[in-house]
Amino acid sequence: MPSPWNASCSARIGGPMSETQKTGRSRLDPEPVSRRDVLGLMSLWAAGSALLFGLVGMLRLPKAAVLSSPSKRFRVTLPATLAAGEAFTPPGRNVAVYRDEQGVYAISRVCTHLGCIVKPTEEGFECPCHGSRYDHDGTVTKGPAPRALPWLEVKEQAGTLYVDEGSNVASGTRLKV
Amino acid sequence: METAFRGGAPKTDRTRSTFVFGNVFFHLHSVRTHRWSLRWATTWGLGMATFAAFVITLVTGILLMFYYKPFPDVAYQSIKDIHFVVPTGRFMRNIHRWAGNVMVVTVILHMARAFYTAAYRKPREFNWLMGMALLVVTLGLSFTGYLLPWDQLAYWAITIGANIAASPQEVTNALGITQHFDPGGLQRLILLGSDTVGPEALIRFYLLHVMILPLVLALIVAVHFWRIRKDGGLARPVDADQRVGPITGTYPVFTEQPKKTYQLAAIVRGKTAAVGKGPEATVPSMPHLFYGELAVLMLTTLICVALALLSDAPLKELANPMVPENPAKAPWYFLGLQELVSFSAFMGGIGIPTIVLLGLGLIPYLDRETEGTGEWFGGPGGKKLAMRSLLVGFGASLAIESFVIHFGWLREWFPHIPQLVITAINPGTLLTLAYGAYSVWCVKKYSSTRAGAMALFTCFLCGFIVLTVIGTYFRGPNWVFYWSPSQWPGH
Ligand code: FES
Repeated sequence: MPSPWNASCSARIGGPMSETQKTGRSRLDPEPVSRRDVLGLMSLWAAGSALLFGLVGMLRLPKAAVLSSPSKRFRVTLPATLAAGEAFTPPGRNVAVYRDEQGVYAISRVCTHLGCIVKPTEEGFECPCHGSRYDHDGTVTKGPAPRALPWLEVKEQAGTLYVDEGSNVASGTRLKV
Repeated sequence: METAFRGGAPKTDRTRSTFVFGNVFFHLHSVRTHRWSLRWATTWGLGMATFAAFVITLVTGILLMFYYKPFPDVAYQSIKDIHFVVPTGRFMRNIHRWAGNVMVVTVILHMARAFYTAAYRKPREFNWLMGMALLVVTLGLSFTGYLLPWDQLAYWAITIGANIAASPQEVTNALGITQHFDPGGLQRLILLGSDTVGPEALIRFYLLHVMILPLVLALIVAVHFWRIRKDGGLARPVDADQRVGPITGTYPVFTEQPKKTYQLAAIVRGKTAAVGKGPEATVPSMPHLFYGELAVLMLTTLICVALALLSDAPLKELANPMVPENPAKAPWYFLGLQELVSFSAFMGGIGIPTIVLLGLGLIPYLDRETEGTGEWFGGPGGKKLAMRSLLVGFGASLAIESFVIHFGWLREWFPHIPQLVITAINPGTLLTLAYGAYSVWCVKKYSSTRAGAMALFTCFLCGFIVLTVIGTYFRGPNWVFYWSPSQWPGH
């Protein structure tokens, strides 16, 4: 094993090991490594692996343990005049809330393709970004969207309606009111 | 003035040589340059123009950092300040944006030049890879750049970009393994630093734009330039010496055989550099090459300044997370991608770009031929093959686009088709397959891998142009096809 240190190099040149002896050795019978070299190499390896582990640990930094996202549950007050099948968008939320004879339900307005905001229309929903279209119940009818628009959980507590953008329910689930 | 040239103005060839290798910046060049490399038609100065555009964006970008503040709303206001209040701010912002655009154009053209002159061949394979990395980083810089003003364009570009990063979910969802294995979700989370688009995302993209990517770019540029030297200058045909003809004027001719070899010094293989070989059609880099480079630098600056004076960098309304623009369009260099993404997020945004990059990277390792190196369209059938590929490239992409625009695609015919089929079989993937098949056919027909590479590269270039033009001029609200914006329905 060649040594990076000059001291041991010159020691070997002047030392007892001659050229002929060296060439006579095989890989299975290597020349003895001096204690100094062993210690030096060991400290190099130790420092190297410590740096490596430190680096791998640092790579975790960009992924926060707690996310700074705003609450996904919010309160809605449906206007009294809301007709069946007419979308109501609570201010500041990308959700369409509906009321019909069977109850209240909410559909997310975030396109399942790449996250643009779909617009409720006569036929269902349409997306401005890459032309996906959805039915009234959120099923994809056209374009690249991979999934139906999710239906969101609607709950009633003490007479007020809450919608939770973070929890999906099966399509068709309505809350009787 | 004299001290600027430490050692006096270089008047003789000898002082000119010392001038070059006594200066760290000029030292990047060799002392003498082959006259083939100096012909305009060899490079059209495209690499130098790219570098010049980079320097301009660097300088103006640093100036903009005096006023830009990376936080939503404040960011938008600070861009407005730069535009309307800061002295010369508008000009700086315009020129920054235009130099960025020029850089994207020239980097693509420079790549095409290197490809069509087969300059990627041995020993320049590695530098071709470095060049590809530079293309990717350039696009990354452009993308992170237009996110910073936090206007409507920026906000929806971040949203869409982050969701493209998450689009492997299209596949993992279809296979039902997202709970256990979700690389897409992780990528999105790391880009945004949150699960919604907000201040965390802006500061991440800012960091990428002003720090990480420029450093990476500068590093790769250094390697790229250094490799040019190590690979023996620009690629040129074997008989370049004869082609440029005998040298005119008097230049030193070394005719004596070398008395010593440099091998002992362990610096160069063989005896010595140019001793005993005559001038080899080279001229001193100072002034011939430097004046050429200076000319390109000045021309690039002139173009950027002119564009900056003629047209203002756009700033849309403040970001509104409730309403995307309709149509929401990326800057021109991503509209081809947007068109692809409008068929499938995963294939268009990740799958096909990866395939294209892999294909480009493999070219130098597949093409082991030597004929035509350094010549435009060199190799078997050169120009004819390029023309034919141009026809196929334009034809196939136009055909498949008009088909989808006219008849729609699988989802409209079979509403219950599984998502995996839509992801795998869409106009984008079919076009890629068609191009691949055509290129294999060319390899067979001409029994030459160079022919195949030429076919494929030309086709992809055509595809890129067609998709970009359609995305730019023929897509209106809801990404519907319109012949002209005048037919767009009113809002
Ligand atoms: S984001 Fe809705 S179609 Fe692409």
